[in-house]
Amino acid sequence: MTQSSLIKTPSRTTVSQSAFRTAILNAQADVPEGLVNPDGQQASKRFSVYRNNVVHSLSEAMLTGFPVLAKLLGDEFFREMAKVYLRIHPPTSQLMMHYGAALPGFLESFPGTLHLKYLPDVARLELALRRAYHAGDADPIDPAALTELDQHELMEAHLTLAPACEVLQAKWPAKSIWDFNMADGPQPNVGAEDILISRIGFEPRTYLLPDGAAEFITSLLKRRSFGTSLGLATSNTPDFDLAATLTILIAAQAITGIDRK
Amino acid sequence: MSKKTVAILGAVTAAVAANAAPAFAEDNEKCFGVSLAGQNDCAAGPGTTCAGSSTVDYQGNAWKLVPAGTCETMEITDADGKKHMGSLEATEMNLPS
Amino acid sequence: MLDQRNNTTLPDGAGVGYKPQHFQDLLHAPGAVTWLEIHAENYMSDGGRQIAQLRHLAEHFPISVHGVGASIGGESRLDPEHLARLKKLVDWLNPASFSEHLAWSTHDSAFLNDLLPLPYTNETLTRVTSHINEVQDLLGRKMLLENPSSYLAFSESTWSEPDFIREVARRTGCGLLLDVNNVFISATNLEFKALDYLDAYPLELVEEIHLAGHDEDADELGRKLLIDSHGKPVDEPVWALFDHVIARTGARPALIEWDNDVPEWDELENEAARAIAQMEHVIADQAQRVSA
Repeated sequence: MTQSSLIKTPSRTTVSQSAFRTAILNAQADVPEGLVNPDGQQASKRFSVYRNNVVHSLSEAMLTGFPVLAKLLGDEFFREMAKVYLRIHPPTSQLMMHYGAALPGFLESFPGTLHLKYLPDVARLELALRRAYHAGDADPIDPAALTELDQHELMEAHLTLAPACEVLQAKWPAKSIWDFNMADGPQPNVGAEDILISRIGFEPRTYLLPDGAAEFITSLLKRRSFGTSLGLATSNTPDFDLAATLTILIAAQAITGIDRK
Repeated sequence: MSKKTVAILGAVTAAVAANAAPAFAEDNEKCFGVSLAGQNDCAAGPGTTCAGSSTVDYQGNAWKLVPAGTCETMEITDADGKKHMGSLEATEMNLPS
Repeated sequence: MLDQRNNTTLPDGAGVGYKPQHFQDLLHAPGAVTWLEIHAENYMSDGGRQIAQLRHLAEHFPISVHGVGASIGGESRLDPEHLARLKKLVDWLNPASFSEHLAWSTHDSAFLNDLLPLPYTNETLTRVTSHINEVQDLLGRKMLLENPSSYLAFSESTWSEPDFIREVARRTGCGLLLDVNNVFISATNLEFKALDYLDAYPLELVEEIHLAGHDEDADELGRKLLIDSHGKPVDEPVWALFDHVIARTGARPALIEWDNDVPEWDELENEAARAIAQMEHVIADQAQRVSA
């Protein structure tokens, strides 16, 4: 097979990938010269197949990755918003499972959503749930091991938390909004929510945290000792409820190791 | 033992007692056989495999639309029991402290 | 099914693109399906359900890892972070095969999540060759290169696609993944004869075949434009081309790719069964002709 069977009026216009990329992401841009149909003529609609593939695949990835936002905004609005988002924030990684990391900030300034002040926190929660879903596996410790430490050992110990564990300090009731939309939860109340994201087996879970717990757990995540973390939590929250916080961490299967120093 | 010591170790004991021994992640089909909604290959993965037809409108026109999901029906109840519609202006909803 | 795992080659039977909703069916009623293909990028996480499923399936089926994000045809250098993730996956999974596309997807650090076309010139030949060498050196194994589905041509091209692919394979020692549906799509869209393409294509290097469904559209001049949608049964002319290929290559690992509007297991398994039946039929036909 010769090239002339493919192209009847050969020219030598080169198309850089930079030009191709620019035209893909800008629907108003001219199709680069040098992309042709079988007669050697400019192939505009043919190029739009690639434009559409990119826009469609990325907006669908967003829709699937943010099910609660899609429900809150409606699929049609969400898809159109995603088309604006993906042109400003095309993926920088090949891993679609984490695409959309800049959405919380985008929602704060997008004209269609800026009045819905709680959306960025919901987006943060959905991103954290995805990270948890794909995080490394770790078995929880038998919590009885905690009771084997004396006071001094406990204060010096470093608790290892599961790779899926994160704390989200949301200004808005993000967990309640998630539960309302996805788990038949009650109508959300106004108020900030500190949320622990963890994973039981392979299922991401969320837990509402009592005052001070976010600080305690964040400190543990930074590999500070139990005693240091407790000190931080109690200095800002004098009535910090350690028992309630540990109860949540154990229930969330968040504690995966105790390093005794 | 100081009072503080009792309080801390007591909290640990109470927390452990509040939880039955955790079920360790089981490596069996039942455990990992069912996938979370929205975690299929197409959604999570790249490729032309998720391509649509060339006739789909690829030019965003979000500015023509208003949100039309549950944000319109969701009521957020404040501490006084006052109900706010979910899409209310930010100024109507007290920023939580 | 146990003990059939063979990490060195895929069986000359039918495989399907793995979808998590078919996990139980695959383990309990695989039918005609004897191997699986996964998209590498979906399994580059540290853990979680998808990795657990894959680890379990790999005990029962040979796995083909099919990359969609390496950007082999890219102008820029291959993303070292992505290559490291790919190596990690291939190292722990030790799949029967690794394949990638003659396409690009990343430029100026933007990953466009599509398989984009490249012109076939001496310059792109050098670049593709060097990228494939880099991947093969890193992974310590031969990779298979898949032919793209084309919607347009580059006026700057100086090589035909089959000649380009043959030369890449000659220079790198890579094997080939022949997507028969892609050949049919490109032949329709660029108005050449699929059989001419296959005559020029190095069929002797084919180690895997892809089959999939496509959609039909038209360009602004009303000319037929087929879209590689992977959302339907394999079209009849594609099955006919498959017979034509098998008659020349003999039995090969043949994959049903169905990624959109994924059907129930029975329908997907039926397509796999048809691939097997056609292969057996073509080979039996040939044997009969030889003995006659």
